Amino acid sequence: MNSILKIEDLHVAVEDTPILKGVNLDIRQGEIHALMGPNGSGKSTLAYALAGHPKYEITSGKVEIDGTDIVELDPCERARLGLFLAFQYPVVIPGVKVADFIRHAVTNVRNPDRKEGENLMPMREFRKELKQRMEDLGMDTEFARRYLNEGFSGGEKKRMEILQMAMLQPKFSILDETDSGLDSDAVKVVAEGVNRLAGPGMGVLIITHHDRLLEYNIPQYTHVMLGGRIVETGDAELARELHNEGYQSVRERHPQEATDQLEPSAS
Amino acid sequence: MATDINEKEQVDIGEYQYGFHDSTDKYFFTSGKGLNEEVVAQISEMKGEPAWMRDFRLESLRIFHEKPMPNWGSDLNRIDFQNIHYFMRASERQGKTWDEVPEEIRKTYDRLGIPEAEKKYLSGVKAQYESEVVYGSLDEQLAEKGVIFTDTDSALKDHPELFREYFGTIIPPHDNKFAALNSAVWSGGSFIYVPPGVEIDFPLQAYFRINAQNMGQFERTLIIVDEGAKIHYVEGCTAPTYSSDSLHSAVVEIIVKREGRCRYTTIQNWSNNVYNLVTKRAMAYRDALMEWVDGNLGSQVTMKYPAVYLMEPGARGETLSIAFANKGQHQDAGAKMVHCAPDTSSRIISKSISKGGGRSSYRGLVRVEKNAARCKSNVVCDALILDAQSRSDTYPYIEVENDNVAIEHEASVSKIAEEQLFYLMSRGLTEAEASAMIVTGFIEPLVKELPMEYAVEMNRLIELQMEGSVG
Repeated sequence: MNSILKIEDLHVAVEDTPILKGVNLDIRQGEIHALMGPNGSGKSTLAYALAGHPKYEITSGKVEIDGTDIVELDPCERARLGLFLAFQYPVVIPGVKVADFIRHAVTNVRNPDRKEGENLMPMREFRKELKQRMEDLGMDTEFARRYLNEGFSGGEKKRMEILQMAMLQPKFSILDETDSGLDSDAVKVVAEGVNRLAGPGMGVLIITHHDRLLEYNIPQYTHVMLGGRIVETGDAELARELHNEGYQSVRERHPQEATDQLEPSAS
Repeated sequence: MATDINEKEQVDIGEYQYGFHDSTDKYFFTSGKGLNEEVVAQISEMKGEPAWMRDFRLESLRIFHEKPMPNWGSDLNRIDFQNIHYFMRASERQGKTWDEVPEEIRKTYDRLGIPEAEKKYLSGVKAQYESEVVYGSLDEQLAEKGVIFTDTDSALKDHPELFREYFGTIIPPHDNKFAALNSAVWSGGSFIYVPPGVEIDFPLQAYFRINAQNMGQFERTLIIVDEGAKIHYVEGCTAPTYSSDSLHSAVVEIIVKREGRCRYTTIQNWSNNVYNLVTKRAMAYRDALMEWVDGNLGSQVTMKYPAVYLMEPGARGETLSIAFANKGQHQDAGAKMVHCAPDTSSRIISKSISKGGGRSSYRGLVRVEKNAARCKSNVVCDALILDAQSRSDTYPYIEVENDNVAIEHEASVSKIAEEQLFYLMSRGLTEAEASAMIVTGFIEPLVKELPMEYAVEMNRLIELQMEGSVG
């Protein structure tokens, strides 16, 4: 049975400033959704709120995975239910080796009931799997011994996010501007990685305001966000149109939301 | 995270992992509490020492009484010197094999994992239990090369000339009040001599432990690394929990001669009532290298600033230290580098973690004498503060009397960033796991310098400190 991520009339505030003002979106396993929109429209806010960042306060509305409301769950519980966020700006954790971190994460996500201090996934099995996934993504296995995101280039960081996605095998992945700051070769590598993982077992929400990633990962649905709401939904053609023509016509069709943009510009 | 509540209480009331203790009824001799000339003379007599050592002790006692308490660092006024045992002999003679060590003492060691360490290293294990070393063994090959690794009391008897040539020359009794105290009542500690050109590739190790209530521990370590020789000495300390104050005041003197290399690694995990006041100093000669690796957990107060005096050109000194201050603890630790010759270099890396209202201070001195041109020094201190009740301070002292030097100092204080926690938690780690992982990463630069089993122990100690930190 296909899992479903259901977002219903979601309102989110950051430091008491309302950013999302009633977002509705259903994502099923196996679907690819694109979420587009100008800077400040609320795309990243949606990503962080879904993953459970403490700064992003859900003031009303519902988020459910297969009927389980996740609004009150902390980020690690959401991860264990199969939700994954590929960060736009992956965080540096000095002194923590990539392999140690991923082994811990994989163990927890695959055994959602694991208690702190219980055994980790067997080393040999883990290493074999990690090595395979790294090769799939064209990553030097040396990365496993490096400190998490420390001294990584932009492309390396994004690939590290995709590697984590590959290891955690989430039901739902949110890719928050995974293509930003990458040259076209790097976008291709990331896109191929996503392609390999996307399939019947994973629903994907690709947040972007370019369409480069979408050339490789063709969405069934394209949503346009403006002023904290999804104002239009179409297919892959809509993404192409927005990329070529910009958001002017969208703004004209939705003047209220266009003046509603309160989130400070992110770029 | 309701399951954390019990652990949290355990940690917060200061329950101590190694808080078991043996009965002290079986000690053969104790000096009784208190400090005076009679006690000091008695210690010397019990040990059968030569007159010069007895006189040295009595003179040191006089200096101790003269010296004021340090009026900086931590508050030491609660130490009651008259309420401390200054000498206790736990068994009448030293054990030569494990089986000869008295059972009760063996049992305590077993719980600390000493025999495993022995098996793994197949090298000299020297473990200090109370005031004197009760167990020692040394790889025969080392002995054949002329390496001396023994307890300091035996060294006084068996190697009197070598002993007297160096003892008290690096840290004389009048150096500070606690060096004077140690000089008056010292007992046990390690004595190591490495002859010219002899390189020891595995770490020599010793464990220290305070057991009896109100038992002062005043070990005295002297290491002489002759020209071109190399050694790594490792010392680990754990102590059981007691309700009244305990004092640990050691003196460690090291001489590293021309082109010699010495690394001295300490992991200390005293119980929360111990005053840990240690003077450690090395002198490094031409092209020699002295490295202190120093991990401080536990204790009520730790004041410790391992020093390197760079005596001749080309000498290098390094200190890598980590302090973890938990509830009710003050870790006042750092390093001292004194450039007495041109073309010398030093490096200090200090990391501290404060949690649960604990306080950690970095206190460091870099001094460059007038003739010490072209010397380099690099100091990096990073503090990690885990909650709003905890505190961290930095006291860097730099005294430079030569213009032609390169001195760098960087300091940073950070909290565990919300973004780091969120990132790790979004991958399925609990908040406690994520915090522990960030702290472990923070101290990784020290841990990776440790021998494997100490690295494992250090990480385990950090995990214990971190348990129940959130919930």
